[in-house]
Amino acid sequence: MADKILKELTLKIWRQKDAKSKGEFKTYKVHNISTGTSFLEMLDILNEQLVEQNEEPVAFDHDCREGICGTCSLFIDGRAHGPDDDVTTCQLHMRRFQDGATITIEPWRCGAFPVIKDLIVDRKAYDKILQAGGYVSVSTGGVPDANAIPIPNDKAEEAMDAAACIGCGACAATCKNSSAMLFVAAKVSQLALLPQGKIEAARRAKAMVAKMDELGFGNCTNTGACEMECPKSISIAHIARLNREFLKAKLKD
Amino acid sequence: MSNFLTSSIGKKVIMSLSGLFLIMFLCVHLALNLLLIFDNSGALFNQGAHFMATNPIIKIVEPILAIGFIIHIIWASVLTLQNQKARPVKYALRNQSKNATWASRNMYILGAMVLIFLVIHLYNFWWNIKFPSLGTPLAAITVGGVEMEDTYTLVSGLFKSSIVYCLIYILGGVLVGLHITHGFWSAFQTIGFSNDIWRKRLECLAYFFAVVFAVGFSIIPLYFIAGLGN
Amino acid sequence: MSVLDAKIPAGPLKDKWSNHKAHIGVVSPANKKKLDVIIVGTGLAGGSAAASLAELGYNVTAFCYQDSPRRAHSIAAQGGINAAKNYPNDNDSVFRLFYETIKGGDYRAREANVYRLAEVSNSIIDQCVAQGVPFAREYGGLLANRSFGGALVSRTFYARGQTGQQLLLGAYGAMNRQIHAGKVKMYNRHEVLDVVIIDGKARGVIARDLVTGKIERFGAHAVVLATGGYGNVFFLSTNAMGCNGSAAWQAYKRGAMFGNPCFVQIHPTCIPVHGDQQSKLTLMSESLRNDGRVWVPKKIEDAKALQAGTKTANDIPDEDRDFYLERRYPAFGNLVPRDVASRAAKERCDAGFGVNNTGKAVFLDFKYAIEQLGRETIEKRYGNLFQMYEKITAVDPYKNPMMIYPAIHYSMGGLWVDYNLMTTIPGLYAIGECNFSDHGANRLGASALMQGLADGYFILPYTIGDYLSKEIQTPKINTNTKEFDEAEKHVTDRLRRLYDIKGTKSPDHFHKELGHIMWEYIGMARDAAGLKKAIELIAALKKEFYKDLRITGEFTAMNNELEKAARVADFIELADLMAHDALNRNESCGGHLRVESMTEEGEAKRDDEHYRYVSVWEYKGEDKAPELHKEDLVFENIQLTQRSYK
Repeated sequence: MADKILKELTLKIWRQKDAKSKGEFKTYKVHNISTGTSFLEMLDILNEQLVEQNEEPVAFDHDCREGICGTCSLFIDGRAHGPDDDVTTCQLHMRRFQDGATITIEPWRCGAFPVIKDLIVDRKAYDKILQAGGYVSVSTGGVPDANAIPIPNDKAEEAMDAAACIGCGACAATCKNSSAMLFVAAKVSQLALLPQGKIEAARRAKAMVAKMDELGFGNCTNTGACEMECPKSISIAHIARLNREFLKAKLKD
Repeated sequence: MSNFLTSSIGKKVIMSLSGLFLIMFLCVHLALNLLLIFDNSGALFNQGAHFMATNPIIKIVEPILAIGFIIHIIWASVLTLQNQKARPVKYALRNQSKNATWASRNMYILGAMVLIFLVIHLYNFWWNIKFPSLGTPLAAITVGGVEMEDTYTLVSGLFKSSIVYCLIYILGGVLVGLHITHGFWSAFQTIGFSNDIWRKRLECLAYFFAVVFAVGFSIIPLYFIAGLGN
Repeated sequence: MSVLDAKIPAGPLKDKWSNHKAHIGVVSPANKKKLDVIIVGTGLAGGSAAASLAELGYNVTAFCYQDSPRRAHSIAAQGGINAAKNYPNDNDSVFRLFYETIKGGDYRAREANVYRLAEVSNSIIDQCVAQGVPFAREYGGLLANRSFGGALVSRTFYARGQTGQQLLLGAYGAMNRQIHAGKVKMYNRHEVLDVVIIDGKARGVIARDLVTGKIERFGAHAVVLATGGYGNVFFLSTNAMGCNGSAAWQAYKRGAMFGNPCFVQIHPTCIPVHGDQQSKLTLMSESLRNDGRVWVPKKIEDAKALQAGTKTANDIPDEDRDFYLERRYPAFGNLVPRDVASRAAKERCDAGFGVNNTGKAVFLDFKYAIEQLGRETIEKRYGNLFQMYEKITAVDPYKNPMMIYPAIHYSMGGLWVDYNLMTTIPGLYAIGECNFSDHGANRLGASALMQGLADGYFILPYTIGDYLSKEIQTPKINTNTKEFDEAEKHVTDRLRRLYDIKGTKSPDHFHKELGHIMWEYIGMARDAAGLKKAIELIAALKKEFYKDLRITGEFTAMNNELEKAARVADFIELADLMAHDALNRNESCGGHLRVESMTEEGEAKRDDEHYRYVSVWEYKGEDKAPELHKEDLVFENIQLTQRSYK
């Protein structure tokens, strides 16, 4: 429980000026990091150090730092969101690392997520998939009373399990095939489980899968790596449901 | 069904269905092979082999089986190629053992090794049976009043003559088993037949089939190495 | 009074909104297609407004600084959303929600706005359910409710501890549908840095593309700011790292007046600061106070032992525990409003009873709830929060009590708006946390989500129509005008000035310094001397900032340091305004505690005679004192009393 001090850490960080430039690893050292420090705070410390030396700080995506916005990414020591389970990078703490360790930090590597700068990637592809159909097509107003649609508790809970997706991209980043299936499945499954979403379930599954394919994500081979690295532990049972929904939809065509 | 076959899920459904079909074939194949060790006179196996060679249904199924193999291989190659392309820049450091089994990550390599084995296997047996004029012609034998090819001797001869072949066949069995540890349940997942409960059951079944195939196919060369065959 | 017209409709409170809607202008469908609206920020307010306006037929252009609208900080709201549905049959009503919100806000909000908020609250729940938001449900399939601080009824709807996320994803989905339909043009990773005014009306914005660093112009018939709050002025807060007040601040400098800037909320249940390398505080949902009991030791020697680490919470027997909220406020107990709970925690810690190594933490204990309800129930209710706590602190809250301490969380103050949510600049609207309107001096839990969505789904789409109905003759806004030239130059010059300082200290360095000043002098307890000192310190910091700031990297490229510097520059100016406002308001109300104005029991003392107004500040120019205007608050339906939760 009591925090210790990591005297020295070596950081191997991917630096890339912009989307067009070629990147490379650079090595930095940070000192006297408390184990109670979060991983991103450790990067903040490094950046402060770099500014002091008049060097450009490492660019990385982050925002809420509470594990819910899905902005932070990073492939740390070979794993999406680092060595801890069920967390985002911002929730990863330095107590997971040993004094003297060398930590390798890379951006998400996925053709559909091109690097913008250093460790920042462009995840617009995920937005585009959702724009293709990841919603219930109701406009504001004119909807029935909230309790007019009873939903069994277990269905609501299962839908919530899927809806917990934060769109961070760890699934595609960690998948050996760069497949976005878990992300797509989470939304398709959430809405297919609820009566509100069932109505356009077929259209949604087809549109979202088509968009996913178009954007150059790979094909799922059910390794299950995505669910292991998903900070929200979303089960690949949702992928099975997506497959089912997609097949049903296509059989009706 | 427009665009179904070109969609990612469609392609995988093809993998899934062809895979399940091949598993069914393996079941039949294994059952037949096990006749080798239940009767060391060879009569049972020869009868079985003869039945398979002459039965009209099997004659129809044989080309379908071949197509099944070819589809499974081609689609696997297409998918693997696409998957490779989906990550143009690779990671410098990956720690995949933390999140997925070795077999699930190496299905294509396992498949390719099984394919190499299959070529050897076809050359050893199928080639000789089908094209006796090109290979080594098989001796004839009469079982229960019916004259047939002595396939039993072909098998036992191979295993008794070469320890290397025995090892290759044991390896083949193990590779098929590994392939199936992932392939079996994955096939069901792809066609949507899975959830959190069934997944555990399917994974159990996958390991069951994997063990059955690996042990079942390996036991035959071992049986002959041990000198139990004829 | 003359410059401020709140445009509150006449008539009885309960009819104001419906009468108003019936009489304001409406734009025909054919004309809506010709009208453009810019929305800055895509959280609950901005996202829901963008979707709703696009559904109506307007052409919407939306901006967010994040890489996707789904990441707006509304997503971090945990506990729930209020509505007066009265599903639990516990005598809730629109009036009760209205009353409790006004009272919770310590009578510093406008009656008409708050009543309207309570009125539309029910529609929000209906809308969200229709969108597929997976709210918690009873076994019978109907919606579940829980209670929250400051309320006597259970009216909070929730989706585990991720209600904000689910509501935001609902709005984001609705917006995605409109993006797909081509009615919303979305600009991710764009930061709006100025508002363009033409002939006195808001006609566009200047934005910086955060990827390329290019400055771009966008024109529209109306501009809506939905940029959230400015809690990050304190550096350490529960806001997201990127949350900023820049767009609102530039609007202020362009003439939009700022209401009640000193009203910020300090949330009682955050994970305590662990060290000086910290960049961000983490909130633990207020819903935890439903089942957790807050305590510190009764004996000072126990507190000392806890601070020294020689004792743990479990070593202290029940009879030596001081459940100070239950003791001081028997009626509401652990569920007193946030400002009250925060102050009580500070009081105990200042008295030396803090329980962690810094002496700045109190316990939030689930032992009793687990004994009573079983671990499984608690796990179901708060599992994800407990997991989050354990990941951060490495302490298992099922076995040891959580440690919590207050932290800056929300800004009740914001751009002043009239009943139509329009600022003092015609055509410029402010919605959600960005405006000052509904929460008075303190916001009740689960009301921020309610307000954001009320503004975006059900209020702005009506009121903006009134303004736009007079704009149907206005052609598309041309961005090649001298006003746009001037605004773009203004933005470029400002950034260039920061970039060219070439000093030695990072933007974060100054931000941290500012945070220290804010927390010390404009934090949980404020007094005249401290506030005057703060004003001096802020001025000195500003000077230092413009002398010694260092921005590395390139000017016209992605540059996080430049982004941060521009935000800090605005925060420094905003901090000064907050100090002025706090100094002016010599009363204690809600989150604003003036040490000079307290009862003998140490409770906050409001001064209705002198301060029953909204402080509305007008910008008068660089380094000139802002001018104070007052909007008197008229209470016709509520008796003003000294707030009591005893």
